[in-house]
Amino acid sequence: MHPKGLEVVTVGLDVDPDAARPFIEAASPDHPSLIDSAHLVDERFGVVNVPNGVWIDEAGIIVRPAEPAQPGENPALESFRNIDLTTVPPDIAEVLAEARKIRIDPDLYAEMLRDWVEHGSESRYALSPDDVIARSQPRGDDEARAAAEFDLGQYLHRNGDHHGAIVHWREAHRLFPDNWTYKRQAWNFEDPVRQGHTDAYDGSWFEDVRKIGAENYYPPIVP
Amino acid sequence: MILDELTVDRETFETGTGWAIKPEGACRAEVCVPLPPAARTADGRVDVGVVAERLGMPLVTDRERGRSALGPATAVTGRALTTAVAPELELPDAAGNAFRLSSLRGQKVVLLAWSSW
Repeated sequence: MHPKGLEVVTVGLDVDPDAARPFIEAASPDHPSLIDSAHLVDERFGVVNVPNGVWIDEAGIIVRPAEPAQPGENPALESFRNIDLTTVPPDIAEVLAEARKIRIDPDLYAEMLRDWVEHGSESRYALSPDDVIARSQPRGDDEARAAAEFDLGQYLHRNGDHHGAIVHWREAHRLFPDNWTYKRQAWNFEDPVRQGHTDAYDGSWFEDVRKIGAENYYPPIVP
Repeated sequence: MILDELTVDRETFETGTGWAIKPEGACRAEVCVPLPPAARTADGRVDVGVVAERLGMPLVTDRERGRSALGPATAVTGRALTTAVAPELELPDAAGNAFRLSSLRGQKVVLLAWSSW
């Protein structure tokens, strides 16, 4: 869609930029590929999970706020579907069984994007400014405070004080349990394989996803 | 934004929060929130506490480590977006070169957030 005037900008949310870099280098993309070590897109755009997409028109106006964005099949979710659960340890099988319930609709998102690239503001998927604001994430004192707590945590972690970071990330999780980037980033430092339960945090990917139901992990796209 | 003191210059405040401090108040695109005189210190800096209170920005302090973080505004729309005008986003690419989202004006942009974890 690039020849028709669409520019893709990817933003890797990684407190440790060295974790994102190999993925970017392997993809050797010809579009801007940025690294967001403070999860600034959460604060500025209302991103709460990945992958998420935001559409911005030629005049710099947001026409769709942050929403689950899967322009193609998700290779990780695909690979989960192809594993024989009887061949893996029971605790892994339990996590994979949950992950299989995650719903995505890559065809719909790609179709919406094509329609907007073709028809611009006439596309029925391009929303009015009022709708864009109303559909962006709710933000009360708790959500805003969580952003500040996460920010302090990433600052301390990057300055060598990981224990200090945990205190603030725990608080961010408590204040804003629906923000998965704050949670998964933090869990991943303790258990990069499963994001499982550790002494550092009250939750884990499996426990927290099961609480809301994996089918709600990505809210359905509202065209 | 991370703070080690509670007054900052206007440019630092704007880069850190997206809000410009102007004579008419604190502004983001078409939205301006009037500020009391105390928002500006005698030497022209921004009193973060005063502006934070007007915009509904929580200030979280870690006293032991002497650092504070200012959260985003809640007082205008109660949503993550205050306006549909895209905020500025300046981030490094994998080689460490700074890139500004606003440099893509004139093109449609899809911003895709992903992660390695």
